[in-house]
Formats: sequence, C-alpha cells, structure tokens
Amino acid sequence: MHCTPLYDWHVAHGARMVDFAGWSMPLQYTSIIEEHHATRNACAITDISHMGRIRFEGPGAEEFLAGLLTRRMRDLRLGQVRYSLVTNDQGGILDDVLVGYYHNEYGQPFYVVVVNASNREKIVRWIDAHLPREVAEAPGREVIWTDVTRLWAMFAIQGPRSYDLLQSLVDADLEWMRYYNGAQVRILHPAARRQGGIISRTGYTGEDGFELSVGASIAVDVWNAIVELGKPLGLVPTGIGARDTLRLEAGMPLYGHELDEHIDPFQAGLGFACYLEGVDFPGRDALRKLRDQPPKAVRVGLELVGRRVARQGAAVFAGEQRIGEVTSGTFSPTLQKSIAMAYLAPTWATPGTEVSVDVRGRREPAMVAPLPFYRRNVKGKSQ
Amino acid sequence: MKPEDLLFTKTHEWVHLTTNPTGETIATVGISAFALEALTDLVFIELPPVGRRVEAGGAFGEIESVKAVSDLYSPVNGEVVEVNTAVADRLDRIAEDPYGANWLVKIKVAGDVDRSTLLSYDEYQKQCAEESH
Repeated sequence: MHCTPLYDWHVAHGARMVDFAGWSMPLQYTSIIEEHHATRNACAITDISHMGRIRFEGPGAEEFLAGLLTRRMRDLRLGQVRYSLVTNDQGGILDDVLVGYYHNEYGQPFYVVVVNASNREKIVRWIDAHLPREVAEAPGREVIWTDVTRLWAMFAIQGPRSYDLLQSLVDADLEWMRYYNGAQVRILHPAARRQGGIISRTGYTGEDGFELSVGASIAVDVWNAIVELGKPLGLVPTGIGARDTLRLEAGMPLYGHELDEHIDPFQAGLGFACYLEGVDFPGRDALRKLRDQPPKAVRVGLELVGRRVARQGAAVFAGEQRIGEVTSGTFSPTLQKSIAMAYLAPTWATPGTEVSVDVRGRREPAMVAPLPFYRRNVKGKSQ
Repeated sequence: MKPEDLLFTKTHEWVHLTTNPTGETIATVGISAFALEALTDLVFIELPPVGRRVEAGGAFGEIESVKAVSDLYSPVNGEVVEVNTAVADRLDRIAEDPYGANWLVKIKVAGDVDRSTLLSYDEYQKQCAEESH
C-alpha cells in the first residue's frame, strides 16, 4: 500500500484510513457530513498526494502532449490549466486529466499532467508506448518526462475562505488568478524552507479553491502551517469521503464510476474536451464517427423521491423497461436529498422525466435532474 | 440500560429480554455503539411495521449512512409489537444513547430464544476488538 507524506499526520489526527486505488488515505477525520459542510461554508484542506502527476519538458513536449490528449495544446497560455481526456483507439476514456502549463523563474516551460491515482500506472505505460526513443530524442524536439507523484505532495484547499487563507502564503496575486489558472510560486512561510511550489485555482468540490503542490520533504510542515493559519477561518482537514459527496453534488465524473474505457466522451457529456480538427491523437478518428452518431446512453443526474441511496450498479427503469444504470450515488448533505448519476438511454435523459431505481430489490421513484446538482453563488471577478 | 446487561448478535444488534405480566417474552432490539461509531453520517433508517413477523438472523430493516447501507438483523423469531419511529428524526444523535432511548423495535418472541447465536457483552467486545484490526 502506498502512503503519502501525510500518512502519520492523518493517523495521529484520528483519520479513518481506507485503501483508495492502492493508497492508504483518510476517509474522514470526524464526520463526512461535517467535513462536507465545512468545505461549502468555510474552507477545508484535503491530502490529494495520491493523484498521479507527470511532468513533461523539452522542446517537443507540446507536440507530444497534443498527440496524446484530446484537447488542443497549441493555444494553452502560460499559467493555464485545461481539463482533458486520454482516449484509446476506439475513443473509450482511459483517463481524465488536468494539464497545467507553467514556467519556472528562468522562463523554462513545463507541463504537469495530473492523472487519477487508479490510472497512473496505466497512463505511464501508455506514455511509454507512445514515446519511443526516436521521438523522445528527436533532435530539437526532445521530450523529457518524469513521474513526480512520490516527489511532490498535493493539497486541495477548497471553500469560500480559501483565498483569504492562502494569499499570505504565496508570492502570486491570487485575486487575479482566474479559475483554471495556476503558477509556480515561492511559498513565503518559513515551513517551506524557501522552497517553491505550484498553485492553481482548480478543484473537485464545486467551490472556489486551490490545489497546491509542494516537495514531499516539506509537505508535513507546510500542511501544519496551513492548518494553523486556517483555524481562525474555520478550516478543517477533510477526507476522501467528503471529496466524493462534494464532487457528486457538483456533477463531476469520477473515473471507475462515470468514466471507463467503454464509455466515450460524448456519452459522458465531455464532448467539449475533444478537439477533433487539429493534431491527430489515439482515438481521434473514432471520436469523429462517434460525434456524428446518437449515443447509446448519456450521463444524467437523478434525484430520488425518498431518502434511500441508489449506489453504483443499481438498475434504472421506465415502467418495466430497463433504461440504464446508476454509476454513483449518495445522500447530498447540502440538498438533503438522495442523488445519483446514471447512464440512461437518450430518450429518457430529459430533466423532469420520471423513472424508478431498483435499490436493493425495491423500486424507488426518481426524476432525471440537470447537472450539476449544486452550483455555488458566483460573485466577484475571480470566477 | 447498561450494555453489560445486554446480549449481542455478531451483526452488531443488541437485545434485551424481559417477561411481560402475561408471561410472554419481549425482546427489545437496538444497534450497538460500536456499529454506530463505524457507520457515522446516518441518513436513513427503515423499520418494520407493527405486526411484521421476523426470523432470527433475518433482516427486519435497514440503516443507511452516506457511504454504505446495512441490513438490521433480528436476534429472535417473533412478531414486531412496537416500533421506535422517533429515531428516524434524530439519526444524527442516535449514538448518544444507543442502549436507552434509541432502541429500535420490540419483538414478542415466538418459541425459545436460541442463546447459542448470541454473545455476552464481553464476547461482543472481543469480536469488535478483532474487527477493528
């Protein structure tokens, strides 16, 4: 089992540790519901060092990534972060990733691709297979890549008070850092021992917030510094339990639930993340065909009438006809409702359609709901 | 009620057996503090209606938390004679008094109670200690 640099901290602070994609991670410290509300109402810090991170540099990095990912790389500005997919030759989803494009103090650009923990080894093999020596070492177009997952810790600091908490900690102006932007920064707190880090305005909660990467050797000290600074703002540490309820309310897909190799981006509602007119990449031709066909099933939200929870694998019915399957479900702490995501035949996917879900042998009435279930009140220019 | 005076199932229900004035055995059933601590974040409980027949080892209801759902198993054969419907409205506080105000059902026992399937408090504590590893 892999452990993050924060493992001992989690255990010492009463976390219930669970196996998540081969990593021992905190499920919760106190209560998932309390940790969820703290994120929506104040701020929370979550250890997400299990997320795979792969760094690319060299003059050929942009071209290589453009030929691997479904998004355009050419127009990615320095400091920009972009959601993208990795697809196989059939157009099935191998992973969903974030690509950040940064440069260091000396102007050397680099990319960081954040992959799901459960897919890291698969994506590393995929990169390896698509980057033979003659490509990696092509004169003037060299690509150097490093799996930095174990070298860097990563924290998600999420919630409406995140900006107030983090501004004093880094030398970048976070007020002007827009959503899906980031920067390599100096961390101003002595705990960082003058080391740098990468901060981006990204997250997986539906709240305003940031993700911060720092070297593994300073991870515990920086985490403790943030926890101390955050106390007056109501910061609490949160586990992957609340991370799941938060992302579900925000309608965000999770690999292994809403996404897998047999689901294509159009079914998943991720067509926006596919640029099919430019550089060729694995799956591009298949995706062009899929784009022009009606999908077999599409990702929808479900709101159940009762409080029982429809979990992954529960069958969805219209009358006696089976029309799809639930991929994730929980009891929404914010909406106080049983919610789920499911794939349904397109005929039944219109919000407002009445369906039923087989929850452990009993039909529960439900209604197709628009995604996301929860949208924060957006104010100010930072959104 | 003190937990030391109760019997427990391997599936984390507790049972308290009493004899009523007409000589019938009444089993008061609830869920253990250990199970509540493990579940946390309860969002739903389903209890049977009065009159429902239940079997020892059979499910009489379910309890759901944010992350998982569990069946509630009857420790005895019999018929549900009383249901504590108030617990549904205070699920977030049920762990404060699991062996008293937050009992779940009372069952009029049919036949004899098979005590070989039930654990004493000490035996149950031992099982919980093993599960915690």
